[in-house]
Amino acid sequence: MDNPCLKRVFTKLPEKRWVMFLDSGELETLRNLAGGIRRDTVSRLPDLLEELEPNCQQNGIQVHWAQTTEEANSIVLNIARKADAKLAVKGKSMVSEEMELNHFLAENGIEALESDLGEYIIQVDHELPSHIIMPAIHKNREEISEVFQKKVAPAKKSDTAEEMTETARQVLRDKFRRAELGISGVNFAVAETGTLCLVENEGNGRFCTTMPRVHVALMGIEKVVGKLEDLPPLLTVLTRSATGQPITTYFNMISSPRQDGEKDGPEEVHLVLLDNGRSRMYEDELLRDTLLCIRCGACMNHCPVYTRIGGHAYQSVYPGPIGKILTPQLEGIDTAGYLADASSLCGACVEACPVKIPITDILLKLRHKKAQSKKEHHWTELEGAKNLFEKITWKGWKFAFSQPWFYRMQASILSRTAQFLPDQLPMLRSWSRFRMVPRFSEKPLHQLVEEAGIAEE
Amino acid sequence: MDTSRSQILNALRNSRTGIPFSESQDLPKIPVPEWNLEEKVERLKNRMEAVHTEIHECTEKGFGKIFREVIKQKKITNLLYGKKTNWGNKLEAMRQRGPKTMPELIPYQKKIEDCKETLFSVDAGLTQTMGAIAETGSLILKPDGQEPRLLSLVPPIHLAVLDSKRIYSTFGEAIREEGWSRPMPTNVLLISGPSKTADIEQTLVYGIHGPKQLILFLIR
Ligand code: SF4
Repeated sequence: MDNPCLKRVFTKLPEKRWVMFLDSGELETLRNLAGGIRRDTVSRLPDLLEELEPNCQQNGIQVHWAQTTEEANSIVLNIARKADAKLAVKGKSMVSEEMELNHFLAENGIEALESDLGEYIIQVDHELPSHIIMPAIHKNREEISEVFQKKVAPAKKSDTAEEMTETARQVLRDKFRRAELGISGVNFAVAETGTLCLVENEGNGRFCTTMPRVHVALMGIEKVVGKLEDLPPLLTVLTRSATGQPITTYFNMISSPRQDGEKDGPEEVHLVLLDNGRSRMYEDELLRDTLLCIRCGACMNHCPVYTRIGGHAYQSVYPGPIGKILTPQLEGIDTAGYLADASSLCGACVEACPVKIPITDILLKLRHKKAQSKKEHHWTELEGAKNLFEKITWKGWKFAFSQPWFYRMQASILSRTAQFLPDQLPMLRSWSRFRMVPRFSEKPLHQLVEEAGIAEE
Repeated sequence: MDTSRSQILNALRNSRTGIPFSESQDLPKIPVPEWNLEEKVERLKNRMEAVHTEIHECTEKGFGKIFREVIKQKKITNLLYGKKTNWGNKLEAMRQRGPKTMPELIPYQKKIEDCKETLFSVDAGLTQTMGAIAETGSLILKPDGQEPRLLSLVPPIHLAVLDSKRIYSTFGEAIREEGWSRPMPTNVLLISGPSKTADIEQTLVYGIHGPKQLILFLIR
């Protein structure tokens, strides 16, 4: 392997020792607890939202409600105009991507800059993220380095991941200092205390929510939880499922803007609660389970289709299994219903999901709905979708095997996360009934061979 | 806007069915581990060192010596800190006794709008901690007027002081014992290591936006 950076991709993270502290029984209890908390939360959604609002307001957080993404965009624009903002720095927020907020603000003369490193790379290169936790996973180091050379800092040497990280740090620190507005998502909002919680590793989220004079937090209405005590299990399953870490570097609980005597923190904090089709999902007792999602990305990491075709093939903000059930419900079954067809229903996502969303059942229901809504075009469309599915699958295979890097990426995702798979994965079930499930090696064969000192060619 | 509020809530209310999940089902309980102080310290150290935290154990008396060594080794020439705090007072006294081996001390006393230049140019910042969580290897910070929110974020080296008696086993235990809930402190942070990213080919790199190094003085 002549690429030193690729070698490091497989460096065994010490955090992985976490795996050893959990047996599958504990893992299952944790999933039941986290899933139960989410189910309870969603079953009381209107009450909790009505509890969250006054508690936030009492803390000094201003609460806004938006039925549509257009409405949410105009709320943000109003706040930005009042703050006289030219530059907004953004932490990772899937809701903002649902809103296409960056584009909207740009049209109105306000620059919205992504500051999560992966999101930043993608934005600078005018691309779309391909994974909800690892947005730039489809790009290799050389490609990213080229982006840095051309568009970020031509004068700086940015070849290695370390150099590029340092360059991005310097460029973005300057932006954090100057921005008048900070925009963030919300991972959990605690109703009983009016607290907004953010999960991150980089510190950009803390910058966006602390440095600018005004902070706007964007949140889908389903992200509320009842009590502070609900947080620990949810946080645990979120970080473990997302990246295999016991916890992220930062867990940031924001309850109010700058108080008397405080020297920093935003002077205004706004919370925008977005519906955008969520209350419609709520009508149906099965589809409602879509709202349990904590956006951890585990279903993508374990999806045999996603790991082969990558996130862009889905052509939607939310890729992978969650995208297949969420997007048709957000954008409408007629425009995005085809996504529900592009699945082999293998069930790997259901087994991986830390809150136990019945993704395949929901897919089937959506297929049924789609068939009902467009009976006359049904067959031609279904055929079309099937073809699309097959096409992207085969294309994906071909691509993966012609690109060593892509293949290694899959191997890397699997070797890092496959240990969290429950033993009862459907495709492993008949095997595991009488046997131990073989564990994925923590290192890909490539690396083991290399470490054994065997030259690759 | 108010109509959006009522329309969303009405839609949710109209389609709600059945009794709340919590009344119909019991949630499983996760037992809290029964670790003694030594086990908690061990666990915390393992977790934090695994994510590149540098830990120095010392007594309160022995702090001065180790602190000066760290300052020298890291070439810290100036240090941002919170005035009128327990450890802030200690630093000031140390500087008075032996100014040569201590960094210049800069109190975080102005509003952020008036001190950005300083904040972005200091070598390091020192904060106290409210406690820690052994299970996840996390420090608990409760920024306030004395130790503002950005003190643990902007300087490239974050020095933190923790009293080992304040280590909780789990996050859940910390929430119960600290008596948060209402009113919640304006900001509470769990910090587990220096900032990091793996967004470039999943290569783990420390020191992206927040501190590049986290150094913990664990007072026994
Ligand atoms: S559907 Fe489940 S696995 Fe997929 S992102 Fe949501 S919570 Fe995670």
